[in-house]
Amino acid sequence: MLSLLAERGEATATTLAGDLPVSRVAVVKHLAVLDRAGLVESRRAGREVRYTVRTERLDATARWMAGLASQWDARLTAIKRMAEQS
Amino acid sequence: MALEQIERETTIDAPVERVWAVLTEPEHVGGWFADAGAEIDLRPGGAMRLSWAEFGSVQARVEVVEPPRRFAYRWTAHFAGDAEPAAGNSTLVEFTLTPEGGGTRLRVIESGFDALATSAEAAERNHADNTSGWKEMTRRLADYAQRVTA
Repeated sequence: MLSLLAERGEATATTLAGDLPVSRVAVVKHLAVLDRAGLVESRRAGREVRYTVRTERLDATARWMAGLASQWDARLTAIKRMAEQS
Repeated sequence: MALEQIERETTIDAPVERVWAVLTEPEHVGGWFADAGAEIDLRPGGAMRLSWAEFGSVQARVEVVEPPRRFAYRWTAHFAGDAEPAAGNSTLVEFTLTPEGGGTRLRVIESGFDALATSAEAAERNHADNTSGWKEMTRRLADYAQRVTA
């Protein structure tokens, strides 16, 4: 759902539910979770609530995971070097 | 790419028994992992302590010992301090060693980040200290948990 929202730029729960095989209720619940986690922002526009993705937070998460993966690459390199030493 | 776990692999020009020793013997583990030392009771359920010069030490526990093919341990995340590793405060590291030619294909998988993130978020809400470095990490972990359920 995050990638769909990122594609659209901005959307309401109703439009997202229209694109996904889940109910609007489920979409609203999930958006609330993402909002609390700081991954989406919401604003009121009349009677609707419009959501956008906070891409800087997503990027931070992806960077963090990539950092962990790099740590493992470094460890594997060290294991390899140590094992190959006679 | 599955974000729920980290998976990495390398090929090593040494027999599996040699790689196994590097993975499981404390004097070697200090060379690629816990730079201030490791204590390992190498049997299923055995206690481990991993120490870093910069970060202090954490507890870990051996989960799988099947020489020379499988070694797995669970280690406590730094935000949980000196707690024993348990569901929600730790990640699982699994090594698989496969003979290939005269050498070894070594694979590592670290998993459990989604459960970790949920607990980290709860820990952050309960903790009064807003100045320590793990606050940023718990924020990132919470973000990650929400992301993988999206």
